[in-house]
Amino acid sequence: MNALLATVRRDLLLALRRKSEVLTSLFFFVIVASLFPLGIGPEPALLKKIAPGVLWVAALLSTLLGLPRLFAADHLDGTLEQMALSPSPLALLIAGKILAHWLLCGLPLVLLAPLLGLQFALEGQTLFILSLSLLLGTPLLSLIGAMGAALTLGVRGGGVLLALLVLPLYIPTLIFGAGAVEAQSAGLGVEGHLSLLAALLALAVFFAPWATTAALRIALE
Amino acid sequence: MPAMLKVSRLACSRGERQLFADVSFSLAAGEWLHVQGENGAGKTSLLRLLVGLSPADAGEIYWRGVAASEADFHRDLLYLGHHAAVKDDLTPLENLCLSAALDGIHLHEEAALAALVRLGLRGREALPVRVLSAGQKRRVLLARLLTRPAALWVLDEAFNALDSGAVQLLGALVGEHLARGGLAVLTSHQPLPLPAGKRLML
Repeated sequence: MNALLATVRRDLLLALRRKSEVLTSLFFFVIVASLFPLGIGPEPALLKKIAPGVLWVAALLSTLLGLPRLFAADHLDGTLEQMALSPSPLALLIAGKILAHWLLCGLPLVLLAPLLGLQFALEGQTLFILSLSLLLGTPLLSLIGAMGAALTLGVRGGGVLLALLVLPLYIPTLIFGAGAVEAQSAGLGVEGHLSLLAALLALAVFFAPWATTAALRIALE
Repeated sequence: MPAMLKVSRLACSRGERQLFADVSFSLAAGEWLHVQGENGAGKTSLLRLLVGLSPADAGEIYWRGVAASEADFHRDLLYLGHHAAVKDDLTPLENLCLSAALDGIHLHEEAALAALVRLGLRGREALPVRVLSAGQKRRVLLARLLTRPAALWVLDEAFNALDSGAVQLLGALVGEHLARGGLAVLTSHQPLPLPAGKRLML
């Protein structure tokens, strides 16, 4: 467990020394989500209708933006090799890296989303459900994305391949995440959507670090 | 003396080409192996195979009498490869402390500092590694030899990019390690300032 926390601390420290990389994907999220109200015009009914989909797709794409860097730097300078040979289990270290990625690229989205939701004329309770759905959904995006990043590690033009590989896998998360927010604005129950998101998350927390580790071991050969 | 590391009939190929086959050797406590061969002979491949980074086509590796894949091999192993394996944005001190933490070892700052001083990096411990020279970067990596306890050192071209003083120092470090009953497997193209060891020609 200490090794996991050490990995998180290391990756957060590295991000602090190189802030631009993290800020890029955050700005991307803010800008993309702000372009839609500007382009469509001030029609509260329409904006309210498209808000869940637009905000969720923006969150998904901004997560994707940071994924190629998740393992690339460690692979290039040989620290990934050292992690694979460490006495600590590699899956634990990788889980730490994924957690750090979520703290840097996922958690800020959860916090920013209500602010951006205001542009779409969303109200109090809907904003809360939007944040809640992102809180359950963004870790899922990081976990699935990590598997894709590991599989495409060291491949030339891996960024495009990564998008092709990961985006279809994001579809269930998108459907249930945006679905929860839509259901809330329509006055329906959100428990179903959120429980399914939570179930997917539980499954991914259990399996994704192992799958990522296996893919990384192949990439290191 | 009983062999701690035993390698038998190891084979490796890259694509169609067979790099080596039937490589066998054993090392007891305090012994070291000098792996020699031309460029491309498969020295690095042998070392990567030995530490378990890539699978062998054939052959077995035993550590303390148990198959290396089942033994607690990684706890006893320190592998330093071609890569710098240090983070450019961190200082040498942070690099040492964090890589120890990842290995599950609590490293006191004084111990890390002492290791860096021994490696001739006094006064550089608070600079980002980015501004250090290639040889100094290498020394930051080599400081791990002092901070990470391991019985088997596997060093791939560790003497590259080092000045003559650092070559002597690394030779002394390996010598002390062997005197403590450690084992070492090294590749190098230059003569090493070490007591005679076993040789393996690829």
